[in-house]
Amino acid sequence: MSNDYNFAYLDEQTKRMIRRGLLKSIAIPGYQVPFASREMPMPYGWGTGGVQVTSACLVPEDKIKVIDQGADDTTNAVSIRQFFEKTAKVETTTHTEKASLIQTRHRIPEHDLDENQILVYQVPIPEPLRFLEPRESETRKMHALTEYGLMHVKLYEDIAHHGHIATSYAYPVKVEGRYVMDPSPIPKFDNPKMSMCPALQLFGAGREQRLYAIPPYCEVISLDFEDHPFTRLKANAECELCSANNSYLDEVIIDDEGNRMFVCSDTHYCEARQADGHRGKRNRLDQEGYDATHI
Amino acid sequence: MYVAVKGGEKAIANAHRWLDEERRGPVKIKALSIDQIKGQMSLAVSRVMAEGSLYDPELAALAIKQSQGDLIEAIFLIRAYRTTLPRFGTSLPIDTDSMQCKRRISATFKDIPGGQILGPTFDYTHRLLNFKLLADGEVMEAVNQSPEPSSMPHILELLNNDGLIQQEKATSERPHDLTREPLTLPADRAVRLQALTRGDEGFLLGLGYSTQRGYARNHAFVGELRIGFVEVEMTIPELGFSIVIGRIEISECETVNQFQGSKTEPAQFTRGYGLVFGQQERKSIAMALVDRALRWKELGEDNLGAAAQDEEFVLYHCDNIQATGFVEHIKLPHYVDFQSELELVRKLRHDAAELEKASE
Repeated sequence: MSNDYNFAYLDEQTKRMIRRGLLKSIAIPGYQVPFASREMPMPYGWGTGGVQVTSACLVPEDKIKVIDQGADDTTNAVSIRQFFEKTAKVETTTHTEKASLIQTRHRIPEHDLDENQILVYQVPIPEPLRFLEPRESETRKMHALTEYGLMHVKLYEDIAHHGHIATSYAYPVKVEGRYVMDPSPIPKFDNPKMSMCPALQLFGAGREQRLYAIPPYCEVISLDFEDHPFTRLKANAECELCSANNSYLDEVIIDDEGNRMFVCSDTHYCEARQADGHRGKRNRLDQEGYDATHI
Repeated sequence: MYVAVKGGEKAIANAHRWLDEERRGPVKIKALSIDQIKGQMSLAVSRVMAEGSLYDPELAALAIKQSQGDLIEAIFLIRAYRTTLPRFGTSLPIDTDSMQCKRRISATFKDIPGGQILGPTFDYTHRLLNFKLLADGEVMEAVNQSPEPSSMPHILELLNNDGLIQQEKATSERPHDLTREPLTLPADRAVRLQALTRGDEGFLLGLGYSTQRGYARNHAFVGELRIGFVEVEMTIPELGFSIVIGRIEISECETVNQFQGSKTEPAQFTRGYGLVFGQQERKSIAMALVDRALRWKELGEDNLGAAAQDEEFVLYHCDNIQATGFVEHIKLPHYVDFQSELELVRKLRHDAAELEKASE
């Protein structure tokens, strides 16, 4: 395959077009830049935006990590990683801190990112106002005029109805005091990690043909009210494999009685902690016949 | 005991081998050849070429074979291949007046210059299963008769001579290319027609139908429908003149619509236009209906709030590759989002229960 296609699949002209879009998006943090998204050999809605951004950013020296739901071994993450292994022959890794580029769907890694890293998000619906106003022609106007009243009314109505803001993922943020931005469907637990992040954060929405970015060290604020400040949300538990109590947890059903266990969604973070000797309650060394250290 | 799901790579590889086996079907039966698909499933080939936006019957047939007959999947294969192709240049506009028609009908005039040609059509066939085909029944050969050479002018142009039909505006601008530039709104007619011609047949059929049933009702007649081959010409810069680079089969439909006039336009007929690769009569008619409905603003008509009039709605949703990707993507893992919803619902229920307790 790699002989038949250009490095990282896309041709150089297309990559150039995408890079131009990315530069514009970095220059205007949080602003959605239209770009001529290409038809990729994987379905729209499955990461074609992220894949195009990654393709435009990759150089042969890169070391790439791909995660979906925080995990390196979910099927779509495997598929996208294989795609770049084949078409770009770059080194891959599951280690967050060793990767120079991380493509993600729905999570930000637990481990802090640094200035030498790029985080590429796959975005299904880039428009934070879309569910309030379905028309692109309208929402573009609203952004241009910084007319975000509708969003605040929605959040206020949530509080009036439920006592809380009833958005738990894809929680809207404001970037550098200007654009309201959709952080992609990450849990709101991850939102604070976007702010003042040393890594470059790039967002690609293939089907919707939009690019946007958060340059390093930008202020990203989750929308809230003074009397109802933003709060992070995670299961009130600790990881049963590595005992982490500060990581985002998946709830896994473990038998047909409906019993559950909580486990880190970030597989590399969990593995690294276990390698350091941290043990959760289902993973004590004295438990026989059970070895989950390879998760 | 919890067993972590691992081995995604192996699972994917095995799943694909299984898929390949299913696609092939029982090996005792001879495999379908590309020529068979091309020759005997030509309407499916047409659809894949049209919605895949690539005129290549052989590759379309290959895609149909590879996709087990799932035409949207086949269209997807063609689209993904098409993106990788270099672009040499742009052809001259095709001249459908000089089409070699195998079918050409008008519903508005009983007789037309050049004649009505029924051609190979399902129309007037009684939809009775032909059980002879179960036993590989041979077919009667078609009757051959050489055509009388005659020109086949577009019927609606005859109305145009009388000034009874609205004039199409010629534009010298280079049309926007939907596959190379992002869609922006409002879109001009060239962009709309590009989107419609590669749009999903079923989606356009439903929308076109809705205009007939009163959602932005605008009664249309098929002014002319023609199917046949046209030559594609391209100007080669080194030569300085144009040469024919090939022939393509297309279906073209012009509808003629009643129009009582508006604030800006006198009473006259107006038209809708459909042009599709291959033999795709249904699609070309539906396309013309939707094209006409989308022209309300240009003709000074009222926006009745119908789906077929709504450019943004139609253009953003007519592409079946975009639609199928996004509709089907919800089968991908979403446990992180779902987990956050779970926590939220628990929290809301907990709060509500507390509140109820307090009020008791």
